[in-house]
Formats: sequence, C-alpha cells, structure tokens
Amino acid sequence: MHRIKTIDAALCLVCLSLAMVLGSCSPKGSGGGGSGGLVSLNGAGATFPNPLYQKWMSEYGKLNPNTKIDYQSIGSGGGIKQIQAQTVDFGASDAPMTDDELKSSPAQLVHVPTVLGAVVLTYNLQGISKPLRFSPDVIADIFLGKITKWNDPRIKADNADANLPAANITVVHRAESSGTSFVFTDYLTKVSPEWKLKVGANKAPQWPVGQGGKGNEGVTGQIKQQPDTIGYVELAYAAPNKLPVALVKNSSGNFVEPSISAVTAAAAGTAAVTPDDLRVSITNASGADAYPISSYTYLLAYKDQKDAAKGKALVDFMWWGIHDGEQFAKDLQYAPLPAEIVKRAEAKINSISAAGKSLR
Amino acid sequence: MENSANMGRHDKLKFVGWWWHTLSPTGNAGDAIFRGLMSCAAFLVLLIVGGMIVALGVKSLPAIQQFGFNFLISREWNPVKTQFGALPFVYGTVVSSAIALLIAVPLSLGIAVFLVEQAPRFLARPITFLVELLAAIPSVVYGLWGIFVLAPFLRVHVEPPLGRWFGWLPLFQGSITGIGLFTGGIIMAIMVTPIITAVVRDVLAAVPNSQREAALALGATRWETTRVVLVNGVPGIAGAVMLGLGRALGETMAVTMVIGNRPQISASLFEPSYTIASVIANEFTEATQDIYLSALVELGLILFLVTFVVNGFARLLVWNVTRRSGTSS
Repeated sequence: MHRIKTIDAALCLVCLSLAMVLGSCSPKGSGGGGSGGLVSLNGAGATFPNPLYQKWMSEYGKLNPNTKIDYQSIGSGGGIKQIQAQTVDFGASDAPMTDDELKSSPAQLVHVPTVLGAVVLTYNLQGISKPLRFSPDVIADIFLGKITKWNDPRIKADNADANLPAANITVVHRAESSGTSFVFTDYLTKVSPEWKLKVGANKAPQWPVGQGGKGNEGVTGQIKQQPDTIGYVELAYAAPNKLPVALVKNSSGNFVEPSISAVTAAAAGTAAVTPDDLRVSITNASGADAYPISSYTYLLAYKDQKDAAKGKALVDFMWWGIHDGEQFAKDLQYAPLPAEIVKRAEAKINSISAAGKSLR
Repeated sequence: MENSANMGRHDKLKFVGWWWHTLSPTGNAGDAIFRGLMSCAAFLVLLIVGGMIVALGVKSLPAIQQFGFNFLISREWNPVKTQFGALPFVYGTVVSSAIALLIAVPLSLGIAVFLVEQAPRFLARPITFLVELLAAIPSVVYGLWGIFVLAPFLRVHVEPPLGRWFGWLPLFQGSITGIGLFTGGIIMAIMVTPIITAVVRDVLAAVPNSQREAALALGATRWETTRVVLVNGVPGIAGAVMLGLGRALGETMAVTMVIGNRPQISASLFEPSYTIASVIANEFTEATQDIYLSALVELGLILFLVTFVVNGFARLLVWNVTRRSGTSS
C-alpha cells in the first residue's frame, strides 16, 4: 500500500514538473497571444477568493469569449512562488508580498486589491443566547493560554448578562498554514505586545495552546462537536453555515458584529493611511463601524508585461473585476472595495504597460 | 586494419548473441520481448525509489546543513522564527501507528481466523465483502466520520472510563476532549483492520488442508489446529501487518482531522499530537521560505527512513521466527 502511494506521489511529481516546464514555456513563447485570436491567461494563488474568481471568470468569459482565464487555487504562498517563477500570468495572495519577497522577484510587481474578507470568532457554549463580546486583550490572552476559564472576570466584564460556565476553554485553530491564520495573528500582533513577542503574525505560527483543525470545515467540526470551545473561521464560511459569531471591540471602543458593511468600513477607515503600492494590513482599523479582523485579497501582476496581447487581456479583466465584478461579491460573502480604494486600484492597473506603452 | 574491424564486428555479434541468449534461452522472440518488458517494469521501481531518495536528499540538504542532527532531537517547530525540529512529529507518527497496530492486529487475526476456520459459508461471504468494502473507503471520509461520530463517542463513552480506571498511568491522564493521539490511533486502527484482515484471510486460506487434516487426525482440538494453521502463515501474516503499518505511517487526511495537530510530546494519549504526513500536507502549500520547505522535505525523508527501518526490522523478525519454527513458505 505504502509503496503504491510512493509511486503515486512520484508520478504526481513527474506530472507536476512537466506542467511546470510547459507552464514556464508559455509566457515566453507565442502562448495563445498575438494575432487577434484566443488569448489565454493562467493564474494561481489564494484559496480564499477562489469561489469569487471562478464566478468572475465565468461571467467575464460570457462577455469576452476570446479571453480564456484559468485560475488554480493552490494557496497564497504558491501564488507568490508561481508569479516569481513567471510560470503564471497573474498570481493571487491574501497577505501582501513582503519587502523581501518583492526584492527576490525578477521584476517589479503590482498589487491590485479585489475584495475584502474577515475572520470571525465562533464558539460552542451551552446556554448562551446573545452573541458574546470580546475585547482585543481578552482574545489575545485566551489564545495565549492565560485566560483558561469561561467565567474569567475579564470575559464577564464584557458579557455582564451572559451565564458563563466555570468550564475550561478549549482553543481550536487552523492546523494547516492559511491566510485566515495570518489575518488573525496579524490582528493579535497589533493588539497584544505579548503575542507579538511570543508568537507573531504567520500563516502557521507556533500556537501556545489549543488543537488544530484542518480547514474551515475541520475547525467548525471540532467546535461543534466539543463543548466549551472557541476558534476562528472566515466570514464567508461562518455566515452560510449559521455559526454563532462574537462581536469584537474595535479601536474606537465599539463592539462590532462581523458583517460585509463593517468589513468595507475597515478598508474605508484605513484608506487615508494606505501606502501608494496598496500593500497594507487593515486589521485593527480605525473607524466607528470598522470590524477589526479584516483584510484585502490581491491579484499580483508584473508592471511590465512581456506579451502585449496577454497584458491587455489581463488589464481588461482586472479592470472589469474591480468595477462590474464587485456586484458578485456580496452574494458570496465577500466585502466589496470602498470607492476610494477602487480609484487607487484603477491607478495601479493603469500603471501596467507593455514595452513602455500603457495597455489601457 | 581490416582484421581488427572484423574482430570488432565479431565481438559485437558475440555480445548480441549472449544478450539474446540471456533474454531468451529458448531462442523464442516472444519470450525475449516479454522478458525485456518485465525487467523494464521491475527496473522502473528501483529507478523511482532511487530517484525519490535522491530528490528528497537534495531538497532537504539546506535544512540538514543548517540544523544538522539537532533537527532530529529538537522539539521546537516555529516557522516564524525558522526553528524546526522533527521529534514531536516522529513521536506522534510512531505512537499513533503503534496504537493502531495494537488494536488492529489482534482484531484482524480474529476476523480472518473466524472467516477461514469457523464461519459457515453464508456468513463468511457477506463479511468478507464488507471488510473489503471498508478498505476502499477514501480516508477523508474516515476523517469526517472521525470528527462527527468517533471523537464525540470516545469523549463521552470511552475516554472517561479509561481515565477513571487507568488514570494512575500517565497515558490516560489529562483533559478529555475527544481530539488527540488516542483518537488518531483508533481511527488508524479502523482503517488498517480491513487491509490486514483481507491479506491474512488469503494467507490462511492458502494453507493446505492437509495440514488441518493432519492436526485433527493427531487428535488436536479446534484451537490447536488453528495454531498449526497460524504458524504456517507467519510470513504472510507479517507481510499483512507490514502493509497495514505502511498505511498507518503514511496516513494523512483522516488522522489530521482528529489528532489535534499540535507538535508536542506528552505522556498522555488524550493530548493533541501531530504526525509527519499530516504536517507535510498541512504546511507544504504555504511554505514560501526555502529553509521552511527544506525542513518539510527533510521530514518526508525521515518518514521514508522510518518506514525503511520498520520494514527491515519486521523482515528480520519474520526471518527469525520462521527459522526457529522450522517452517518455510
């Protein structure tokens, strides 16, 4: 059995490397571009926006039958690697690329934000009818293992009318590396100096306490099946599954329910301090209605496109996405970009050129 | 000049003749082609195994150079600070597989003996079918069933009594959540039981009836006859256990869903743990730093070596047993 598995794995590796070799040829070669025919674009990256991107591609394909777009949801890290290796025409990542990653890329890359997501706290506690409320320091200390009982005075302080049991808190986090974990730990890093020192922000940090669940569904399953648990999942996953979600106190001191409008508000609240390249973390955003554990998700493309036909198709697609495409976001539980960020994303798309000529 | 050229051609012809003869001693072309194809297939396995070892070795070289032997004995796994240690994963893999075999081997032997030696036909057929069906269920299905059915069941009905009666052992102390090493081992046991059972059943069925008749003729009881059959099947049974162990060591999805995925070494079986296969599957996609990736590949190399060592050890054991009992098969 094991040997069969290893052979399978080896075959997969062979196929993968073949695919990589073929993929690496296509951007350089004629690869579908050129003489007014079919243009095919390849993208890879984040899994979180995948349902939306699939919807975009099918809708955009109806309007532009000459553009064929493929997107593989292999994870943000994979998306960054593939665009750096130039095996895809565009990458996608939840977390913006770091300075080091940009430096090790072969050419200048542009970040185009597409939509926003949020991370919500969910729990399994008997006899609680109203959503629980959490302050940032309490969340950090629960996940640091310093608050261990549900009836801890600090949890009680925010939930005076809730009948909290004297049970031990069981923390559930994501087992695999994920953008969701990154956004959540990025938030904790900002609100808790101790978290910053001991754990830090990462897709797969060393969790001080708790057990890992595989994927949103694994975390949800472990929370649903075990009493007295708390964990975090994506808003886009929690809403359709009707999970109990907690209100979180934002930097203005208001307890905010995670909702699409509260996430868009977080992006709007940080627009003034968003740098020109749009690489920004919007966790713990200012704004009275801003939900503090929110984040952008990005498309990544080279500023200087080698193939003008492909570059034109890519630019048109991204332009369509941040304008017409945004209408599909809400149904799939993503928050659309606020107007001022759309403006700035337009400027980013306009900066993409081929052989010195603008593509729009 | 001409002579030496002739010699060369002659030698070549001689070589082809020798090659032809080894391929097909009978001189039949079909035989030669068949033999060539088969040896190619066999050689391919060697090539793949060799290629994998080389690839794993090369890719894990940066991690080996940076962490050295410390990689094997360190308990830290912190990608943020690029500290990588394999010990908790090796521990989780070995202990969960051990739990699985501890439960699955006696169970499978029992099922197989019942099916071959005792069950009436109308019962043996459907049970055999069901066992083989269990072996075909994808592991992710086992994993989901593990989260939603097995883990809550163990939390409520199995772990509390274990804690009560055997709580004096460190193995069964600690908080009871239903997610952890114990549950991971149990789900593996359920997964490997059908494989071991199916193979052992075939092994026992292949023991010649003359053996049973001889034992019965000597006045042996049913149990003593079964023992004779089992002793005859030892090498095959060991092979079956190896197959089961192989699946347990490499199992990823089902285990990762119930084991708690926490790289720690705890005496308690109720605590969350982590296996090598799980951590590779969980962290590989997002491992962007080269050293992180390299550390994960080195974990894969370790899993490969663990499998190798365990396999070798088991073969030694079988060889020892068969030599002592004087049977051969």
